[in-house]
Amino acid sequence: MAGKTYAPLKGIDNTGDVPGPRTPLILENKTYGQITEQVCSVVEDPKVHRTWLLSFMAAVTFLGVLFSLIVYLIVTGVGVWGNQIPVAWGWPIVNFVFWVGIGHAGTLISAILFLLRQDWRTSINRFAEAMTIFAVVCAGTFPGIHVGRIWLAYWLFPLPNQMLMWPNFRSPLLWDVFAVGTYASVSLVFWYMGMIPDLATIRDRARHPLRRLGYGILSLGWRGSARAWHRYERAYLLLAALATPLVLSVHTVVSFDFAVSQLPGWHTTIFPPYFVAGAIFSGFAMVVTLAVPARAFYGMRNIITMRHLENMNKVILATGSMVGYAYSMEFFIAWYGGNKYEQFAFMNRAFGPYAWAYWTMVSCNVITPQIFWFKKCRTSIPIMMVAAILVNVGMWFERFVITVTSLARDFLPSSWGYFHPTIVDILMLIGSFGLFFTLFLLFLRFLPMIAISEVKSVMPFPKPTQKQPSEVESAPVPSVN
Amino acid sequence: MVELRFKNTSSEDPNWVRSLNEHDEGSEQKLSCVMAEYATPQEWLAACAKVRDAGYKRWDGLTPFPVHGMEEYIGIKPTILPWITLVAGMTGMTVAVALQYFTNAVLYPYLISGKPLFSLPANVPVMFELTVLFAAFTTVFTMLAMNGLPQWFHPLFRRNNFERMTDDRFGIVVEASDPKFNRQQVELLLANAGGANVEAIFEPAKRAPLPVVIHGVGLCVTVLALIPAGLAIKSRYVKSDKPRIHIIQDMDMQPKFKAQAPSPILGQLFGDMRASMPQVEGTVGRGQLREDDHYYRGRFGEGEEDYFDGIPPQALEHFGSATALLERGRERYGISCAPCHGLTGVGDGLVAQRADMLQQGTWVPPTSLHADTVVPQADGRIFETISLGRNNMKPYGASVKVADRWAIVAYVRALQQSQAATSDMVPPAELEALKD
Repeated sequence: MAGKTYAPLKGIDNTGDVPGPRTPLILENKTYGQITEQVCSVVEDPKVHRTWLLSFMAAVTFLGVLFSLIVYLIVTGVGVWGNQIPVAWGWPIVNFVFWVGIGHAGTLISAILFLLRQDWRTSINRFAEAMTIFAVVCAGTFPGIHVGRIWLAYWLFPLPNQMLMWPNFRSPLLWDVFAVGTYASVSLVFWYMGMIPDLATIRDRARHPLRRLGYGILSLGWRGSARAWHRYERAYLLLAALATPLVLSVHTVVSFDFAVSQLPGWHTTIFPPYFVAGAIFSGFAMVVTLAVPARAFYGMRNIITMRHLENMNKVILATGSMVGYAYSMEFFIAWYGGNKYEQFAFMNRAFGPYAWAYWTMVSCNVITPQIFWFKKCRTSIPIMMVAAILVNVGMWFERFVITVTSLARDFLPSSWGYFHPTIVDILMLIGSFGLFFTLFLLFLRFLPMIAISEVKSVMPFPKPTQKQPSEVESAPVPSVN
Repeated sequence: MVELRFKNTSSEDPNWVRSLNEHDEGSEQKLSCVMAEYATPQEWLAACAKVRDAGYKRWDGLTPFPVHGMEEYIGIKPTILPWITLVAGMTGMTVAVALQYFTNAVLYPYLISGKPLFSLPANVPVMFELTVLFAAFTTVFTMLAMNGLPQWFHPLFRRNNFERMTDDRFGIVVEASDPKFNRQQVELLLANAGGANVEAIFEPAKRAPLPVVIHGVGLCVTVLALIPAGLAIKSRYVKSDKPRIHIIQDMDMQPKFKAQAPSPILGQLFGDMRASMPQVEGTVGRGQLREDDHYYRGRFGEGEEDYFDGIPPQALEHFGSATALLERGRERYGISCAPCHGLTGVGDGLVAQRADMLQQGTWVPPTSLHADTVVPQADGRIFETISLGRNNMKPYGASVKVADRWAIVAYVRALQQSQAATSDMVPPAELEALKD
């Protein structure tokens, strides 16, 4: 606490930049202590809010549905899904790609934006990293249960066995195991490492012995030593440098699952960048979807400010347009490449039996984000909420269109078919949201949702206590554009 | 272990909570360090510079967040962590190359569309992932190890002043183990640098014990965790007459009756316990009428010589022509007969050759089809031998269809003729070719 606080700046618009003074990232001129109090009080609140409890119960119910259906699936077999020749990759793979895509925003925010010195990331990175981990958990569930005999899922890993067999390292599906496995574990340590200082803060504020014990164990005895901080920051930078290509590699490898096959509509070189752009697109849309209600509910509007939301909407606009470019380029290449199967695959996507899904995807993913060219839309909470949810829907449909349309009508018209999901397919998709939100709500309740120490490091230094109060008052205040 | 301590315990707290704090009182002897606190980063940095310039070595700053430029004020040398990360990354890449080479090109070679067993481009994704995996994990764990973490107890944790060091205060700690350490001098230095709450911190005389609850929970978890391992070890060393535990059934147990299996359901219905019903007496199953003895049995009576001679007309009709019949016979002979009797019928098939090589003494060599006992046999007798087997030869009636058996008979006749052929049986044109 720097003695005197600044004049309150409530209601300031920090979405504009003016030359000279730096626009504050954290509003209301909070002191370090107030930021700690604000973030930690969420975790320390002895009262369980009814809204949280009701959401949690709903999420756990859907989680229960997912678990019951997984048991049903294991006991019965994969026939409970709508997967059927010719569409042998149905919703499980669609859901896998959908969730992995969502799991891209967190590490992107914590790694790439860190390397690009985007300080605004500090308010949302913890939040987004948690979302990443939970989305990857959901993603990992689907290929795990898709293998059929899931008690043999360990065959995916190169383990010595009595059959003297080894997995095929030239298969994209095995690359996927390594890519998603590395991404999940590196994201987890990245997330946890980032949390250690904040867990220490909660430990030092805790009064109840069990809380002291729990957070004490989790914070590993972090004392905030400057020498430790030096190594910690260096490790963070190294992890960011390692995680940056990793983020780009994950969806690249996921796209190889499709692109390395010979199927028209899958066998295209544009897939890796197109998938990565789509993943960032959907990831940011999910961050906005979660951040808007969470910042309102927990009173974090001064930390996750309109500027943060606007920046995310700009990323959504940019990546959404990239995805739109990829859609049109696929059509161009299908025509330009002169391969009649490829041409048919794309005409069939847009005007065949799945045209409804294709145009849902285009309107959600390409047309919807274009509203973010307008600042009014970028800074309007209801508009961005609707747009973000539409983008999430659209990105699910993108994976559906890619997976199902190409398989449903391949080279032989006699083997064509139409995919019908079963009730198990539908409930499992809903159930995966239950899993995601259960983990996310637990995170909000028990772990610091804002990276406290990182936010403090981007706050302006408080004025030294020895200085005259008059100098404090004259701190530059950015004007509203 | 984690230090459990609470401020301001009152008489209302449980006994064990109060007992924890009692360890703080009185018995502190050994000096650990001297700590001072500062309100703002600027003051803290200035104080750090003073301590640095005073020549202390074993001291540290405490801060809730990394203050920009603090390394310079404290005099922290750059860490070697990046080099460790580099080595770990290179190790990861080497492991990936070795793993892929040995598993896919040496231990279990995958031949896929004639592609080379080891080709780098296909191995790049896994190489990249393992490089990142090794480097990232090494970075985090090395960073923690270099920082001496996890260290769940530290004398600093016992001071209430410490609690704000992870919140909004900045601290300097000079350790008593510093060669230049002198308590009065250090306290004066820290206070003159603007430090508040300058305080000496002592090592605790004895550690606070963990509450019984935690011991209890830990014990229960440990015992429960040992149960599966214990059961596994037991089943390795104790014999049992029960079948092994079959958790995953795969498709071993299916709701169907196998042939010859007993069935309680049908047993009730028909009075016996059989799952497969025998044919009702006096009936002929669909497609099971075998009226023609020549075609189906090859014999007309039950006597030793009661065999038909000649290929029955149904067999010829079945294949359309004698050539097709012989061609079919050659093919079927190659599948069912040649393994023992050999391609020419002299009894030198691969099975026979292998048996000769093993010399186990129990082997009855297959009969030569050109033997004097075989050549004069009637066609019907050969058909019966194929259908029902003879001596060591197993019956082929179940695996070779009737028409095919006759085709084989015809082919065996052709083979016999070929081995006893004279030059006048060969067409003149072919004979010319053979002479060359």
